[in-house]
Amino acid sequence: MTIAWTSFTPWLSLAGGLLIGVAAAMLILFNGRIAGISGIVGGLLRPARGDVDWRLAFVVGLLAAPLAWRAFAAAPALHVAASTPVLVAAGLLVGLGTRLGSGCTCGHGVCGMSRGALRSVAATATFMAAGFAVVFVVRHLLGG
Amino acid sequence: MRAVTAFIAGLVFGLGLLLSGMADPAKVLGFLDLAGAWDPSLMFVMGGAVGVGAVAFAAARRRTRSLLGEPMQLPAKTGIDRRLVAGALLFGAGWGLAGFCPGPAIVALGVGESKAVVFVLAMLAGMGVFEFVERRRRPARTAAAH
Repeated sequence: MTIAWTSFTPWLSLAGGLLIGVAAAMLILFNGRIAGISGIVGGLLRPARGDVDWRLAFVVGLLAAPLAWRAFAAAPALHVAASTPVLVAAGLLVGLGTRLGSGCTCGHGVCGMSRGALRSVAATATFMAAGFAVVFVVRHLLGG
Repeated sequence: MRAVTAFIAGLVFGLGLLLSGMADPAKVLGFLDLAGAWDPSLMFVMGGAVGVGAVAFAAARRRTRSLLGEPMQLPAKTGIDRRLVAGALLFGAGWGLAGFCPGPAIVALGVGESKAVVFVLAMLAGMGVFEFVERRRRPARTAAAH
């Protein structure tokens, strides 16, 4: 295994992680809710009365983050290598998988692990293993 | 008020994703590529988030109501079942294909990344498929607000 020292950003990533933790803390302590993006968005697809406003507000906050960011710094550079068919397949898998497995990187990976929930530790280990496997196949076996 | 705190939480979450570099799929794929030049940054994101989260959730567990008087809705399920594992496998596969998970994809949408539009629409469709199948399988369950 070789470490990508040129792209490795331990301090910025730790600082960003702390912010993510603060956001999850806010949502559970003020709203009594888990900051799981897939669950928050998924809940909008079966709207229940009195349960829509905070979900929409959270998503609008996520969308507004890059605008707030640009007030202080240059627009972040994103690199999306995937082609449109791959993006469609990936999106379908992520949408279906996160709802079936009741969570994503933030719901299970951050909130669940913070609670010490064994269920979330298992989910996180599983989706990471699947991610490692798929990237290995795509990059090293298929050579894409 | 609860929409205000939810908005701020979403904003801070998004800024955290941008600062950590996780809004960029290339960085996430760098973490998932163990056999290539491995970028361990994602471990530091999780470490920081779980560090703060652990304190918050320890405090949350002792309360029945949130600071705004909302009911505390902590997940009740504890078992590791087939749905959880199958869902995590499907999600992980999709995550590895494009490097997007739901949060970063929505932030990338806010950045104006056109490829994020495609991904998010497909993700919503995937969630829609789940809702459709669930509704057909268990019609009674959808009647109860969940």
